[in-house]
Amino acid sequence: MVKEEQEESSNRPDNTAFTQQRLPAWQPILSASIVIPMFLLIGAAFIGVGVALFITSRDIQLQELDYTGDDSEHPCFKCRTNTEKCTCSMTFSIPTLFKGPVFFYYGLTNYFQNQRKYGASKDDNQLYGDLDYFTNPSTDCDPYTRDSKNMPIVPCGALANSMFNDSFSLSHTVNGVQKIVPLDGKGIAWWTDYNIKYRNPTLNSVFFSGTKKPTNWPKPIYELDTTDVYNNGFINQDFLVWMRRAALPDFRKLYRRITHDDYADGLPAGNYTLTIAYNYPVHSFNGKKKVVLSNVSWMGGKNDFLGIAYIVVGSMCVVMSVVMLIVYARFKFAEDV
Amino acid sequence: MSPKRLSLRVQLHLKLSLSCESPAAVPSTEANQGFDPPHQSDTRTVYVANRFPEHGHYIPQRFADNRIISSKYTIWNFVPKNLFEQFRRIANFYFLIIFLVQLMIDTPTSPVTSGLPLLFVITVTAIKQGYEDWLRHKADNEVNGAPVFVVRSGSLVQTRSKNIRVGDIVRVAKDETFPADLVLLSSDRADGTCHITTASLDGETNLKTHFSVPETSVCQSVSQLEALQAVVECQQPEADLYRFVGRVTVTQHGEEIVRPLGPENLLLRGARLKNTKEIFGVAVYTGMESKMALNYKCKSQKRSAVEKSMNTFLIIYLVILLSEAVLSTILKYAWQSEEEWNEPFYNQKTEQERNSSPILQFISDFLAFLVLYNFIIPISLYVTVEMQKFLGSFFIGWDLDLYHEESNQKAQVNTSDLNEELGQVEYLFTDKTGTLTENEMQFRECSINGIKYREMNGKLVPEGMTGDSPGGSSPQLMSEELLFLKAVSLCHTVQISYNQSESWLGGDPFSHTNSFSFSHMEYYAASPDEKALVEATRRIGVAFTGCSGDTMEINTFGKTEKYKLLHVLEFDPNRRRMSVILETPSGGKMLFTKGAESAVLPFTTTGEIEKTRLHVDEFALKGLRTLVVACRHFSPKEYIDVDKRLMSARTALQRREEKLQQAFAHIENNLHLLGATGVEDKLQDKVPETIEVLRRAGIKIWVLTGDKHETAVSVSLSCGHFHRTMNILELLQQRSDNECAEQLRRLARRIKEDHVIQHGLVVDGASLSLALREHEKLFMEVCKNCSAVLCCRMAPLQKAKVVRLLKTSPEKPITLAVGDGANDVSMIQEAHVGIGIMGKEGRQAVRNSDYAIARFKFLAKLLLVHGHFYYIRIATLVQYFFYKNVCFITPQFLYQFFCLFSQQTLYDSVYLTLYNICFTSLPILVYSLFEQLVHPDILQAKPSLYRDISKNSLLSFRTFLYWTVLGFTHAFVFFFGSYLLMGEDTSLMSNGQMFGNWTFGTLVFTVMVITVTLKLALETQFWTWMNHFVTWGSIAFYFIFSLFYGGIIWPFLHTQDMYFVFVQLLSCGSAWFAIVIIVITCLFPEVMKKVLYRHLCPTSTQKSQSLSAPQAQALSCVESLCCYQHGQSGCSRLARLLEQMTGQCKASVNNCHTSSRSNRSWSDTENFYSNDRTILTLSPIEASRC
Repeated sequence: MVKEEQEESSNRPDNTAFTQQRLPAWQPILSASIVIPMFLLIGAAFIGVGVALFITSRDIQLQELDYTGDDSEHPCFKCRTNTEKCTCSMTFSIPTLFKGPVFFYYGLTNYFQNQRKYGASKDDNQLYGDLDYFTNPSTDCDPYTRDSKNMPIVPCGALANSMFNDSFSLSHTVNGVQKIVPLDGKGIAWWTDYNIKYRNPTLNSVFFSGTKKPTNWPKPIYELDTTDVYNNGFINQDFLVWMRRAALPDFRKLYRRITHDDYADGLPAGNYTLTIAYNYPVHSFNGKKKVVLSNVSWMGGKNDFLGIAYIVVGSMCVVMSVVMLIVYARFKFAEDV
Repeated sequence: MSPKRLSLRVQLHLKLSLSCESPAAVPSTEANQGFDPPHQSDTRTVYVANRFPEHGHYIPQRFADNRIISSKYTIWNFVPKNLFEQFRRIANFYFLIIFLVQLMIDTPTSPVTSGLPLLFVITVTAIKQGYEDWLRHKADNEVNGAPVFVVRSGSLVQTRSKNIRVGDIVRVAKDETFPADLVLLSSDRADGTCHITTASLDGETNLKTHFSVPETSVCQSVSQLEALQAVVECQQPEADLYRFVGRVTVTQHGEEIVRPLGPENLLLRGARLKNTKEIFGVAVYTGMESKMALNYKCKSQKRSAVEKSMNTFLIIYLVILLSEAVLSTILKYAWQSEEEWNEPFYNQKTEQERNSSPILQFISDFLAFLVLYNFIIPISLYVTVEMQKFLGSFFIGWDLDLYHEESNQKAQVNTSDLNEELGQVEYLFTDKTGTLTENEMQFRECSINGIKYREMNGKLVPEGMTGDSPGGSSPQLMSEELLFLKAVSLCHTVQISYNQSESWLGGDPFSHTNSFSFSHMEYYAASPDEKALVEATRRIGVAFTGCSGDTMEINTFGKTEKYKLLHVLEFDPNRRRMSVILETPSGGKMLFTKGAESAVLPFTTTGEIEKTRLHVDEFALKGLRTLVVACRHFSPKEYIDVDKRLMSARTALQRREEKLQQAFAHIENNLHLLGATGVEDKLQDKVPETIEVLRRAGIKIWVLTGDKHETAVSVSLSCGHFHRTMNILELLQQRSDNECAEQLRRLARRIKEDHVIQHGLVVDGASLSLALREHEKLFMEVCKNCSAVLCCRMAPLQKAKVVRLLKTSPEKPITLAVGDGANDVSMIQEAHVGIGIMGKEGRQAVRNSDYAIARFKFLAKLLLVHGHFYYIRIATLVQYFFYKNVCFITPQFLYQFFCLFSQQTLYDSVYLTLYNICFTSLPILVYSLFEQLVHPDILQAKPSLYRDISKNSLLSFRTFLYWTVLGFTHAFVFFFGSYLLMGEDTSLMSNGQMFGNWTFGTLVFTVMVITVTLKLALETQFWTWMNHFVTWGSIAFYFIFSLFYGGIIWPFLHTQDMYFVFVQLLSCGSAWFAIVIIVITCLFPEVMKKVLYRHLCPTSTQKSQSLSAPQAQALSCVESLCCYQHGQSGCSRLARLLEQMTGQCKASVNNCHTSSRSNRSWSDTENFYSNDRTILTLSPIEASRC
């Protein structure tokens, strides 16, 4: 009997806040009285931030030099179609002190590093120094896996094969004398790429025996920088920079930093000469090559977008809150009636 | 009805049916044919107790065992069968194809990206279905493992139900259900009869008498059964509950006696033994072959409007997907036609690629784009919708407001597929008896010989007298009165169940004032009216005390009278009356007739016909159900004629029905009118209020009833379905097509002429079928302009027909049918949503319904609150899913324009995979389970809010377009915002280093995850702790996961593209600023839009939100502490704890408590009508106090 009673009462649903859908809840309502002050506040803050960002961006100096040589007047015109080694130089002047540290970029346009097959054409295991993959690279690298004699290529793949190989030197004309500006090749690649993601086997050509250099390269990977063991092989920073492929077809890559000697505080005003070892062909795809000198702030290079965006959105917030205030004032009373 | 007569009938019937069957019916010939597979023969031969003949060749037939299997899977076939079932779903199949494409050709993403979500979806669905199947297994095991008693090897053995074999003799005790279809062998009664109810099969609650053949009925003990040599031959199993043809051959003393078997001899599985101590029966159909199992029907799959629009949207998205893929492929080739882009020096093709055929290339490129964009079809949409429905439907069962205390029944959800349809109802079709009313008949008034009486304290009091006439210990009843009472107590098919038969057998002298002796007697009747009438006469003093064999016994004021039952002229719906012919104790032959007034009055010749007719109309106006009683005396000569006619009609081989009708018509004539009865069917609690509320919610209510039109109209009026102010149009008793059309036209004109007044329409079944046959359009025209429609005299199928008519009308309104009886099943199944009322008429309606509730009044909360919630939830869920996937995939599409259409993905594979599964899945699920746009009390108090969501408005094409466009806009903002940030690819880091493509993609992805989550947060109106948890948790999880994912070189991953990308992104200030500005830019117009809409053209939902805000807070504040019940003021433990702690909470809690309760449910009618006002006045003060 008792059991039956229990069974009978067991049908009764539990009376808890959860089962009765009466959980305590915050029920915000976006009404004008909350939103108008909120918008005003946000708008003001954004305009402030925007102005600050804009000013920061304004202060950044930028010097851009196109050295493609499409124009027949251009000093590099001769190198444009030349397949042999070719050097050309350009002069430019800096009117005021170019505050340091100055960053030296090269830029390419119309160059699609973001193509899928191109980007996938590498073997991360090889680059991690795994010797198994030296002799047997991933087929992702096709058609840059093996050379015509069926020898494995290290580093394999289109990405490595097409590494940018122009080199630059910069000299400062002081009293008619060319003074070389020292360029620092350290710290241009991501710290993690340099220290963890890319590893050399012990840097010795023995490990590379039985492998071939990429077809477009003049020298094998272990001779990229013979002067510095820590900048050679897979951890060569130019190589690392190239291997981090760009998101968009017009891109810049960091080439060097100017941090040494007299130029640690920046490039003084004056005339400079840029000498280019012109190797990399861009003519076939109407690309442009350029060199960019820039200094950076805490927010990076020259970028007006953020500042403008903040100012625009901020002022829109303010405008809209005023509009809403008018609407609110006109219709609020109607609603109450 | 004597068994003899019955067996005669069956015999005749059997002769016909068996004789035309093939010779295989005889076991010996079957043995000769031998090779026939057992089931192909037309009959099955069952040897009772499986005693096979010792001689002769006998090949035993194989029968199914007695296991009931309602489960779909076994452990072994679960995986393959479930997978098959799941991949029959178009969406799953689509993703399987995508997955296979990824496996086969070189595609931008690894097969894992679509394989893993697919696996997830499949697994979740499989777990859900597995769980449901496990429940079914459990139920099956319970049924199959139930203990039963079987006669085996000379003794009674207890075994499990599943072990019963065909041929086993089964013993069933009182109030047990039959474990298989049994042929009754014997009962504890000498005549071998037993009573059963088949409520669980067909919903009929009356007692039915079943018989055994005389040769077996003597075997009342196990030992006697042991000696029984019998063979049952019967047809193979079929689903018809009321058809059974067979014969039993009993061998006694070497002599074979053949007896026919009919449905009267068969005890169906699922029926319950009543009123009989025990029976023995031989199992003939077992397990899945029993008639009950054969009647298991796969419920028709109803699809909700939301699901339909969801599928439409999916198709639109499929088109978007295909066109994006085609566009991309074409653009790719347009681009590649220029040599320099086809194969730049730095990215040359392999030999294989150069040599492959361009067509194959093209196709493979197209497929690759398809794979790249395939996420625009939200893979987890189905699984989320399914989980939402499954989990969400629990709230209905949990709702205390839908719990009926008296009957201890809570609401029941039979299908969770239609939850949101509850919020879309436009037409409500309701049964009357048992749905609007209690189906608890109470005798109220009667008219005898032209004088009206009413029942008062167990006495009949003529109109105008007071009930308590002093003293009168023995009432002076006139002979007419007495005859009337006797007629009522004799003319019926009521059965009696004795709870303690001994006590009344004691035979102490009855006294009419003392009904104590009858208290153990319970009447069972097919019609509640009959039961009410017999009970009423018992109270008054003429008690029907039993029916043994051919004699009916009544007790008239202590005097027992025995009547011999000669004939029963059964009730049928065409005649609408029934009669009995009796031999009175004095030896006279007499006919009593009882029936609808239109079916009896025309045949009466004497008695107070006109007065009675007036009284009947009066009763009907009061909403009473009326029956007219008449009698006829037969002279001995007349009776012989009657008897002959009946016998010849009953035994006629051809056109028996017709002949019977003729005989009945001849007999039920020349009647003497005795009087009329008025039985009241009480309205259920709060029916008028509920109807009013539903009507204010914009739901049109149609009452469909089998009752006569006057009764129906008066009930309609009393339950508020019809108003006094309504202009009531009638379409009644139309006999011809033209007449009907003419009347319809007239009605249409009238509606046009005075359109100010509300109209109600009354139609009867006959006119309706005329109207539907030829003039559907005209009829619909009239109906649509009527705010209330009442259809009376409806047959069950007609009810379904009306529902279908509305359902298929051009507007395609959503219909809901409510009913409680087996006659409502067709309507319940036909309507978009079928609701069963757990009433007195069995479980048939409940079992076939989509939702079942205990009372009609619960409909208000079910529709207005639950329906509203579910609809809002699922509509937003569906729209949001499409939105977030557009946001997800469009940047990827845009990126193709910047990467030579090379199918480069913007996001990493892991992000592609987890976006829908992890990063954005939970907030929407929690939203779709808990969202409440408006507080439930306000939803109930302001039914007009229901109109805000009618016509699937939240899933209209406009809103769909809004969400899709919004998705595209946001995607553009994400992508181009990030694009502009990169500018001419300036460095974003303070150390001058550069980002790569993965950082760019991750920036877009981060912005997206945040925006999409916050967009849902903007939509969320009801922030429980769970919403907070999953919303902020999802964003936090994304960051934590990304840090973790990018922080490790994953040995098993093919590439390490994402290594430290996220950290680098976060380490630069501009990225943070960019994230903030992009997210704000996306959401700022949203907020604007919301606020402006709210102030310029607020929907009534929004208005009530702002009204309700303080009150709802007050409520939620109290209710989180106090869990009260109706009429109780108890606080939960927590509240008490708090009280003890603070010592002062009590006052305020009680304060809030009372205020909230008065609003919470319209417990008082006054309160209900003024609810809108109460909310306005009450809330602020209470809120502040609380």
